[in-house]
Formats: sequence, structure tokens, C-alpha cells
Amino acid sequence: MFKKNLKFVFILYTFLIFFNGYSNSAEKVKLLTQDWSFKGITGTFDRAALQRGYQVYSEVCASCHSMRLLSYRNLGEEGGPEFSLEQVKAIAANFEVEDGPNEEGEMFTRPARPSDRFVSPYPNIQAATAANGGAYPPDMSVLVKSRKGGADYIYSILMGYEEPPSNIKLDEGVYYNKYMEGKKIKMSNPLSDGIVTYADGTNSTEAQMARDVTTFLTWSAEPTLEARHKMGVKVIIFLIIFTILIYLSMKRLWSRIDPEK
Amino acid sequence: MSEHTYTPSSKFGKWFNDRLPLLTLGDHLMNYPTPKNLNYWWTFGGILTFCLVTQIVTGLVLAMHYVAHADLAFDSVEHIMRNVNYGWLIRYIHANGASMFFLAVYIHIFRSLFYGSYKSPREIIWILGMLIYILMMATAFMGYVLPWGQMSFWGATVITNLFSAIPLVGDSIVTWLWGGYSVDNPTLTRFFSLHYLFPFIILGLVVLHIWALHVPGNNNPVGIDIKKPSKDTVPFHPYITIKDLFALLIFIIIFSGFIFFSPNILGHPDNYIPANPLVTPTHIVPEWYLLPFYAILRSVPDKLGGVILMFGSLFILLILPWLDSSKVRSAVFRPIYRIFFWVLMIDLFALGYVGAMPAEGLYLLIARVGTAYYFVHFLLIMPFLSRIEKTDPLPLNISEPVLTGMPKPELMRKDNKNL
Repeated sequence: MFKKNLKFVFILYTFLIFFNGYSNSAEKVKLLTQDWSFKGITGTFDRAALQRGYQVYSEVCASCHSMRLLSYRNLGEEGGPEFSLEQVKAIAANFEVEDGPNEEGEMFTRPARPSDRFVSPYPNIQAATAANGGAYPPDMSVLVKSRKGGADYIYSILMGYEEPPSNIKLDEGVYYNKYMEGKKIKMSNPLSDGIVTYADGTNSTEAQMARDVTTFLTWSAEPTLEARHKMGVKVIIFLIIFTILIYLSMKRLWSRIDPEK
Repeated sequence: MSEHTYTPSSKFGKWFNDRLPLLTLGDHLMNYPTPKNLNYWWTFGGILTFCLVTQIVTGLVLAMHYVAHADLAFDSVEHIMRNVNYGWLIRYIHANGASMFFLAVYIHIFRSLFYGSYKSPREIIWILGMLIYILMMATAFMGYVLPWGQMSFWGATVITNLFSAIPLVGDSIVTWLWGGYSVDNPTLTRFFSLHYLFPFIILGLVVLHIWALHVPGNNNPVGIDIKKPSKDTVPFHPYITIKDLFALLIFIIIFSGFIFFSPNILGHPDNYIPANPLVTPTHIVPEWYLLPFYAILRSVPDKLGGVILMFGSLFILLILPWLDSSKVRSAVFRPIYRIFFWVLMIDLFALGYVGAMPAEGLYLLIARVGTAYYFVHFLLIMPFLSRIEKTDPLPLNISEPVLTGMPKPELMRKDNKNL
């Protein structure tokens, strides 16, 4: 009897720990949640949102934030924004990269090709830090995966700018954001209605842009998400069928040993 | 294992087997008499073998693409994720595989604790298993350092700094471990080298572990010695192989759930930030499987004391077979030990929980109580309980409880003295 109770306590306790863990990770301020298309086991990216998101990134974020792990060719790859090859070439050609040395031993610049990495706005971290009031604008390649809360967190930060409460004094170049740790952020509110004119004619509200760019950043952090989900579903279905077959074989085999079971 | 009388049927087989008895070994493994009442807790040995092989194979492929250099390691991991064909799959299998490996090894160890599998004549199996476990922790720790993210770097800094607590030579040892005056490129390259080496030492120990197991044979849920072969046993193949395969498949389904649908849930987000020696993360936490030991480490204010307690908590596991002198193996027949077993489980979960929390206030208090109980359990409760506990009567053989689900009183021994 006591053992049963103890087992119950054990299970209850385990649940409590996990529950507590989850409520802890949400922490004091609850993040804004969105019904992301990439959530869930069959989640995929909204292609149009990715393309719009790239536009927001390149026209707004990219002036400070690098994305050094991506190449322009990624923009045309399956499971991503899937720009056409011509579009990708045109996007890349907007950037200048240093190449060389040439036959004379000189370094030279040329327009970027799809195989080149995204050109960073600053030559190095120190330059980026110095140009941004002492705060390094983090590289955005895997930003979504490097923050607790992931996409919801990025979206919340973008939507979390407010007038500071009267009891909080902000220094020059510091802004109030209720989702940031310590509620102070050195990035000014990057988005405002109409700051980007969407190529597909979508109304560029602040919330729309925040959603689109967060979708884009989720893809950039996890470019194989769609392939992973697709394969996962197949693998699990196969495994379940295989497991049932093995289970039936096992029952058959063991019935020779103890027929009563 | 001198009882083998296997003779290959073919002439070549006989010629070969006389020179290298591989066929005899194969025959032994196939027909190895196994208790027929093994429950699913006994399937984790096979699952662990699968985990080790999976880690070695995926690790081998990852090592072909990974660059062990402080400036390149982080990017090379992302290169694997983005540019290597199915690199994301291989890396996620390897990263989640480590967690699944520990999940399985903890179940395997707790099984042994519950059913008394560490007791005579299986002490060497237990010790080999503990050595494997300790090497696994070292391997996993060094593997976690390789992506060279923030948690990699700071985890390495915290753990290697433990050795500085050793009196007199501590600082020299830490410098020697680092290959310099801080965690840096030389630390990364040697961790990579050792991370590649250790799994093969583990593999060797696993062979010894299984060899040592095949001398007395498996323990079983009833915990009594059985005649082998007899009506209490079944040949390993096909009865145990198919049961192990079934359990393994269930395990792989859960494993796949992590790999394909939440591959980063067991990792720390900070490890996707490249290592930065100038920025310390707010909370430095190890991977979940090391948390109870991390809690023990931080439970005392003294650094050396914490280190001694942490290593002590592992050391007492090595001498466990001599701390518990009860002749009855299975907790099924030990009503009081059974309760303490579950208390220990709760204690370990509590330690794991507070290990993830900041060491302050109530968390620190729980860590201290939990640490104290851990040592009391093994050093006081187990030795004393094994002397005073009145155990339930044991069945004569395992066939009865297997068939009826309940031991029959007329088949019970009157006393346990002759065990």
C-alpha cells in the first residue's frame, strides 16, 4: 500500500518539476505567442512570408545585423523563400565582395554571386560594436535558436517597445522593451508601419513585418526544418508499423514458452 | 565457459573453429540461457549497445566535417547543419543520442539497484558498468565543448576549474589540462582528440561487461539463482533478441520524436551563441544528465569540499556491492529497501532539479538535504538495512511466479539462510 502511495508521490512530483520548469522558462513576462505555420510535426514555412521576411531583413535589419552563415544561394533552395535563380542572382549582384588575389597579386572587388556568403554590414565585431553605441548587434543566422522562447521571443521583442514607466529613467541610446531582460535594449524600435513597401503588395503593418521577419529568421536558423518534418513523419509511420509486426512475432514466439500469457 | 561442446557441421567450419573458436562464440551467444521472466527493464542493455554504436557511427561522420579550432569550430558545426548532405540529421542524432544514451543508462543502473544485480557474483559486472558510466560522463562533457558555443566554453571553464581545488598542485593541473592559461584552442583540440578516443575505451569495457555477465548469467526480477539451462531459461536467440528488438524499436520511436520534432529541446539556447571569453552567461548549467552531480558540487560553500563530495558520490557507487550485504537480491522481497529505493529516486530527481536552478535560497537548502540523503542512503541505510531487514520468503524457482503471477506458498522456502 505504502509503495503504491510512494509511486504516486513520485509521479506527481515528477510532473510538478516539469510543470515548474515550464512555468519558470516562461519567466515573469509572458511572451506574445503566434500561431506559427512552422510549429507542429507537419509545420512548413509560409513561402510568401519568407520572401517578405527577407525583404524586411535586407531593408531594415541588415543595416546593423550580419547573417554570415547564410549564402545567397540559400534563398533559392527548397524549403526556404524559394526565390527564382534569376532573383537570387539579382539579389547577390547588389552586394560587393572582396576577392582575389588576381594574377597580378592584387585583391579586387566584384559583385557577389549566389555562392557567396551574405555580406556583413561591418568588417568585424569591434566595428559593429563601436558603430552601435557599445552594443554588438548579434549575428542573425541562428538567432532564433539562441534565445529562450525562439520565434515567440523575437516576435515579442519586435512588438515590445513601449513608453517607459515614469519611474524608469533611460540613458541616451537605451530604449524600453518589456520583453528584454532588464527591460532595456540598445536597439531602437526597428519597425514602424509602412517602413517597407512589400513587393507583393501586402499591407506592411508593424505586426505583419514582425511576423514575416521572424518567420524568415526561423528559416535561417533551421533551413532544413521542412525536410526534417517530412522525413520525421515517414520515419515514425514506418517505425510504428515495424514495431507492431515485431510485437506480433514476439507474441507468437513466446507463446511456445508460456502459453498462458 | 568450458561447457561448450559445439562442433561446426562443415569441414571448413571445424578447421577454422579449431584455430579461432569464433563459431563457438557465436553458438554461445545464440544459445546463452537467459531467465525467461526478464521484464522490459532488462532490455536496456541491448538498447545501450545500440546507443553506443549509433554515437560512434554518427560521430565518425561528424568528425569528417568538423574542424577542431577555436575560430572555426562553431562555423564548421553550422556548415554540417547547412551544407553537408543530411548533416543536420547526423548531428541531431548525435546530439540527442547523447541524451538518449544517458536516459537508457540511468534506467539500466536503477534496474540494477532495484533488483540487486550488483550483488555477488556480479560485482565485477557492476564495477565495469560504473567505469563505463564515468567514462560516458567525461565523453559527453567533452563532446558538449566541441561546438564551441557559450555553454561549451563556460561549461569547460567551470568543470576544468574544479581541479584547481586540489591543494598545492591544483593550479598547475588546471594549466596542464587547458594547455595554457585559459580555456582556449589547445583545450578544444585535446578535448576533440579524447572525445574520439573514449568511446572506443567504452566499447572495450562493454565487451568486458558482457563477458563478465555471461559467466554467472543474468540476474532476474525474482533475484534467485537458477539452473542453466532449465525450464526457467530460454535461449537468447530468438526469444530475447526479438524482445530486445521490440523494446529497442519503442526506444527509437521516442528518440526519433526528439530528432525530427524538437531536436534542440534538450540543449541550451546559449550554445548557439559563439563562445565569448569576455561574456559570462547568467546561469552556467551542464546538460541535464549531469545536473544531480552539479547540485552536489554546489551544495557546500567550500570548493574543495564540493569537489570531494561530487567525486565521492561516484566512488561510493563503485563499492556498492560491499555496502549492501543483504543476501536477497530483488527489492520485490525486501519491503523496507523497496521504500528507500523510491526515496532515492525522488532524491535524485530533486537534486537534478535544483542543479538546474541558481544555488541560492530554497534551492540550496534542497540541494543540501538531497546531498546528505544521497550519502546517508548508501553509507548508512544500505549497510544497516541489509542486516536488520526481515525479507519476504523467496520462491524456489521462477517458473511458478511466471505462470501464475503470484508465488505459491507451498513452493516458498521456509528460510533464506541457505541462499
